[in-house]
Amino acid sequence: MDRLGLALLAIVGVPLVTCGYLVVGERLLNELPPRVQRAIRPWLWLAPAIALLGVFLVYPTIETIRVSLYGPSSQHFVGLANYSYLASDAGLRLTIRNNLLWIVVFTAVTVALGLIIAVLTDRRRYENFAKAVVFLPMAVSFVGAGVIWKFVYDYQPAGAGQTGLLNAGLLATVPGFSPRAWLILDPINNLALIAVGVWVWTGFCTVILSAALKGLSREVLEAAKVDGANAWQIFLLVTLPCIAPTIAVVTTTMVIFSLKAFDIVYVMTSGNFNTDVLANRMYTEMFTNDNFGRAAAIAVILLVAIVPVMAINVRRFRRQEEQN
Amino acid sequence: MAHEARTSTTPSQETFRVTRRAALRGGLALLAVPLLAACSQSGSASSPTAAPTTASNPTAAPTTAATAHATAAATAQPTVAPATTTSAAPTAQSASSASKIGGSVSVLATWGGNEQKNFEAMVKPWEDQTGAKMNYEGTRDLNAVLATRVSAGNPPDLAGLPGPGQMAQFAKQGKLVDLSNVLDMNAMKQQYATSWLELAQAGGKQVGIFIKAALKGSIWYDVKVFQSAKYQIPKTWDDLMKLSNQIVSSGKTPWSIGLESGASSGWPAADLIDDIVLRQAGPDAYDKWYQGQLKWSSAEIKQAWQTWGQIATNPKMAYGGKQYMLSTNFGKAADPLFSNPPHAYLHYQASFITSFIEQDNPSVKPIVDYNFFFFPTINSQYDGAVEGSGDLFGMFKQTDQSATLIKWLTTPQAQSIWVKAGGALSPNKLVALDTYPDEISKESAQILSNGSIVRFGADDLMPTAMENAFWKGTLAYVNNPGQLDSILSHLDSVQADSYKS
Amino acid sequence: MAGIQSGPAEAPALNQTARASTGPGLERVAHLLGHLVIASLVVLWLVPTLGLLVSSFRPDALVASTGWWTALRPPYHLTLDNYTTVLTTDNVGQSFVNSVFVAVPATVMPLLIAAFAAYAFSWMSFPGRDVLFFLVVGLLVVPLQTTLIPVLRLFTALGLNGTFPGIWLAHTGYGLPFAIFLLRNFFSSLPREMIEAAAIDGASPLETFFSLVLPTSVPALAALAIFQFLWVWNDLLVALIYLGGEPSVAPLTVTVSNLVNSLGEGWQLLTAAAFISMSLPLVIFFSLQRFFVAGILAGSVKG
Repeated sequence: MDRLGLALLAIVGVPLVTCGYLVVGERLLNELPPRVQRAIRPWLWLAPAIALLGVFLVYPTIETIRVSLYGPSSQHFVGLANYSYLASDAGLRLTIRNNLLWIVVFTAVTVALGLIIAVLTDRRRYENFAKAVVFLPMAVSFVGAGVIWKFVYDYQPAGAGQTGLLNAGLLATVPGFSPRAWLILDPINNLALIAVGVWVWTGFCTVILSAALKGLSREVLEAAKVDGANAWQIFLLVTLPCIAPTIAVVTTTMVIFSLKAFDIVYVMTSGNFNTDVLANRMYTEMFTNDNFGRAAAIAVILLVAIVPVMAINVRRFRRQEEQN
Repeated sequence: MAHEARTSTTPSQETFRVTRRAALRGGLALLAVPLLAACSQSGSASSPTAAPTTASNPTAAPTTAATAHATAAATAQPTVAPATTTSAAPTAQSASSASKIGGSVSVLATWGGNEQKNFEAMVKPWEDQTGAKMNYEGTRDLNAVLATRVSAGNPPDLAGLPGPGQMAQFAKQGKLVDLSNVLDMNAMKQQYATSWLELAQAGGKQVGIFIKAALKGSIWYDVKVFQSAKYQIPKTWDDLMKLSNQIVSSGKTPWSIGLESGASSGWPAADLIDDIVLRQAGPDAYDKWYQGQLKWSSAEIKQAWQTWGQIATNPKMAYGGKQYMLSTNFGKAADPLFSNPPHAYLHYQASFITSFIEQDNPSVKPIVDYNFFFFPTINSQYDGAVEGSGDLFGMFKQTDQSATLIKWLTTPQAQSIWVKAGGALSPNKLVALDTYPDEISKESAQILSNGSIVRFGADDLMPTAMENAFWKGTLAYVNNPGQLDSILSHLDSVQADSYKS
Repeated sequence: MAGIQSGPAEAPALNQTARASTGPGLERVAHLLGHLVIASLVVLWLVPTLGLLVSSFRPDALVASTGWWTALRPPYHLTLDNYTTVLTTDNVGQSFVNSVFVAVPATVMPLLIAAFAAYAFSWMSFPGRDVLFFLVVGLLVVPLQTTLIPVLRLFTALGLNGTFPGIWLAHTGYGLPFAIFLLRNFFSSLPREMIEAAAIDGASPLETFFSLVLPTSVPALAALAIFQFLWVWNDLLVALIYLGGEPSVAPLTVTVSNLVNSLGEGWQLLTAAAFISMSLPLVIFFSLQRFFVAGILAGSVKG
């Protein structure tokens, strides 16, 4: 297959081109006086990122904001009509409630579990195995995860053979239990979906937090132990403060992913039975209702929702800089 | 993180090595760029050279005229003799085969698995004859992919259209090609009933064709179970309710309903409500309703919902109650009929459920073990009403390849290929009944072509936002039967909003 | 960065509380408890996937009607049909290669470009640095679907639609916000003394980057590589829109999704397809494992 040959060429060529850009750029930069160098250098290093972000994320965002002021087919200017429609839509309020549930529960559980697993497996014999197991769900596509959890949440009426693990398990252990359709019953269905999210993303948090833990100086930890601190104290007073910035990164990322949660909800319930989330609602408005204006308005709501998250990050970041 | 670096060489020693390496990389990089650019483009259609072939003339006589009522029970002998002549041979067209145009055509549709294989088989004779290649792209996210590509100016040549609503939308934006210049409209008028042609029109233009069709309104049952319990096939809705109540009083649940279907959950219920409205309130009310001129809270529509509610909101009537109904995929909902002992006895679903039944219950055979009877009459003045559905197909870019392909797809020879593979009906009158591979599809095809009042599913004819709200409304109704009035008034507000252009 | 910079200065504070610490017995129990917690989490995490694995060996009719755990007891009724069907599907081999062809550059490019940018954000000063950084991170929230039409329009105008470089660039753009966020965090946690020492020794920023910063950030780079690779490998929508689903360019995700027809029939094949599709990412994950574990900087400097 010549595609394979091209693949090899690309695998070698792409990094070469990317690094080559920088090397050539630096070469040229070195010809200039030092002060000019220092002023221009950051932009040389940032240029590819800024260019790509501009094309793929910034330009569409500006376009989205513009489209949110237009009608369904983006041809008639309607001003804030889409926003006022959404403000009075009860369905949207419910959707926002669900996103808040995701933000709180999903973030707390994934980060906490990720941290616990990263810390508890650190330098134990089975570390690689445990981390691989927890990370495995990330390798499964969302469609695959949907199928997997279908086998967990499936419902059959009492008396028929159960096909879902949760119902079968509870039926066998809890007396008087009658099977439940977990994805139908509000509000537990939201928690059921969040559980799937936790199952997928905890590995992500674990890997990052584990990488941060690996960077801790063995010296300082030994010194603390020599001074008589027990494991718990070391964790609280040495480890946690050290990896706090990474915890902040992971938490921020999880919060943003909660705002954007789409695939799991789309594949498992499609937002039915009060499980709708903003990203799914946006998808529905865009591709089912063919209303690009309203879909764009929901996207703008998402963009606005992230401002407080970023503000908190900026404040934490500034405080950190001062401490240094 | 406090840690110190461990470096074995001093930075200045590294310097020289790094610079050398960097220079080498830079040089190679400059070489790689043009190579990458050269190997990027995927194949594109070559320019056609010859004029397209003319359509083949139909060689078969039309099927015999409609006689029986559409409510004929399937267990009775077929009263209409099947057509005796037709070529249904799927090989070469009779017209001149001299023009090999080569090139390719891109097709985007939602078919996958066996459907994709059947479609590709349908296209193969065209490929053999023209030497052109069809590049098929399938996706279950057809709405998203098609809308995005059309909006961005990168549409496929031909595409399966998600429904008449979307088709009308694309037509309004001027994205669909008027097929009356591409197809032989005289032949089309002969081979297709007017309703099939009109359903694929928007703004007075023929912008679509139907690749295959399905019959809605079939009620499935287990033959042996009915025989041993001596249940009679009901001919009217009252008879059907009597039968259901009879089953209830013997301690069992008569109906099995499954509404789950991902983003389209609720559509089987919508189909049933469509059928009820058509037979209870009549075709005029039906038409006004899907055109947005009859309110959801009107007496007729509300009555239809409540009629359906007799089955759907009564836990004694529906197996597993609302939990089962809302969480069970529509393809699995016929299975309770065939369990041992059976959990349910009646299942409403379109003709394509046969492949699901046979896959999940391999020992169950058509006619012998399972069969269907057609939807009973509700109001005798609307007897002969039939609700059908179909897969729409449209053209976004006219090329010689796409034009000849779409023309080929409308011919009875092409249609027969998919019909023979099973699981599909053809709207083309010239596809003979004996092309159908089994009795059940034969019967369904007959009913579809013989109906005196033929309609497309109302939900599919509504604007997509309305259709979506309709589906979700049925779920809400099953979940909360007492909320019917507020559900209907919500649908009214969606109606007011979505029928504006 | 905040945290422990000087070891000895902290020790006295800990000493005070150390006196009140508990004896070795409780430590032992805590240690065992740790084992128990991990063991139960491992089981909890494995069981759902186990269900999928078992189901992939079961015939269609049984999957629909009985729970997968019934296959663990005789009669087993196991079959390889699902796997053979998937592996003999049209175009499976080609689409596997296509997936690799899409995923590898789409992993390497964002990694490098984000590393360049993260280095600039960490160790270079310029006006508006912090604002720009948080704007970049803020872009993490932009929903993918809103970018599809504008970008496709651009691609179509430039002739990049249906091409591999087009989709590489797209995935790079989408992956940059998180990559920059993560790498900046790791880069800036490197000790200032180390960077300054290199500068004093006459190393240019380029040299510092390639020979100092990158090697010491390998765990973060490895983590990022696996995330980005997974995201691109499992992506369906971006491929369908920018690359198209035609057989010659379709990645594995498209071929797998076509196993299921529009009515959902054939979904049982997804069980086997999921494992087949998972195989390569898992191989990559395991081979990158040693980079996760090796704490290159964990340890003291000698001399």
